[in-house]
Amino acid sequence: MLAHAIIFYFFSFVAIASSIMVISSKNTVHAVFFLILDFVSISCLFIMLGAEFLGMITLIVYVGAVAVLFLFVVMMINIDFAQLKTGFLEYMPIGLLVGLVILLELGMMFSTWKYKPDFVKNDLVLKATTNNTESLGLVIYTDYIYFFQLSGLILLVAMIGAIVLTFRRKESLRRQDITKQVSREREDSVELKNVESFKGVKIND
Amino acid sequence: MIEIGLAHYLFLSAIIFTIGVIGIFLNRKNVIVILMSVELILIAVNINLVSFSMYLHNIVGQVFTMFVLTVAAAEAAIGLAILVVFFRNKGTIHVEDINSLKG
Repeated sequence: MLAHAIIFYFFSFVAIASSIMVISSKNTVHAVFFLILDFVSISCLFIMLGAEFLGMITLIVYVGAVAVLFLFVVMMINIDFAQLKTGFLEYMPIGLLVGLVILLELGMMFSTWKYKPDFVKNDLVLKATTNNTESLGLVIYTDYIYFFQLSGLILLVAMIGAIVLTFRRKESLRRQDITKQVSREREDSVELKNVESFKGVKIND
Repeated sequence: MIEIGLAHYLFLSAIIFTIGVIGIFLNRKNVIVILMSVELILIAVNINLVSFSMYLHNIVGQVFTMFVLTVAAAEAAIGLAILVVFFRNKGTIHVEDINSLKG
């Protein structure tokens, strides 16, 4: 139990410290690296909780996709990020005030939270015999299949949206125009000429 | 203190959520850090959902966490695409300069 507590405190300390560094570091590239550290430690916490599948999914989606996307964008955009840091202290009082109020409210709610034992219907209860991935799959593909498909649709829309937003048509490039190709008539391109003997023909150029 | 229960995870998620909110306030000029703060908020919500799911022995919380994850990934992709387009057009990512829709 002691080892469990020590590991929990270690990972949560790393998570909190790195999330503080995310919002306060001068260099945005460093902020992205601290974001990756944050995600890794939180996925370790998920695995500690027993949600192995979500821990791994968090690693894949957040670290492998989202954080790397951030890193790409930060490195592609050529901007003096230190100059963006001005006004940091200007917003400090109001930010800390709002944050403190939110933390206080959440703390009050969590420390007094109780639930009725029969509040949760346990027809979807975690079975001790199945592992985490299996029990998640049993629910996702049966009861939540429509939501699952909908989340796939959301990803599709996001993909199309990102492509459409960043797509830039270059005028200098000659592209294949299928409509133009198909709608080509014979008269537009082929001309028959009567060639006289020993005279040849002059192709107009 | 030694026994790690639900409350520990809830307070951890509350702290990370608060840090995300403060980050939105502090980095009023840098859109990328604002998007990262939104990611912090979303992952704090995920911690909440997973810990409740484990505490109540109900898998639905983890199913919801997957959906939150999906939305977070889509939001990051769209947000960064908008950012890239904005930077290409204006040459800056100052939040205060994003006022073309104001009229």
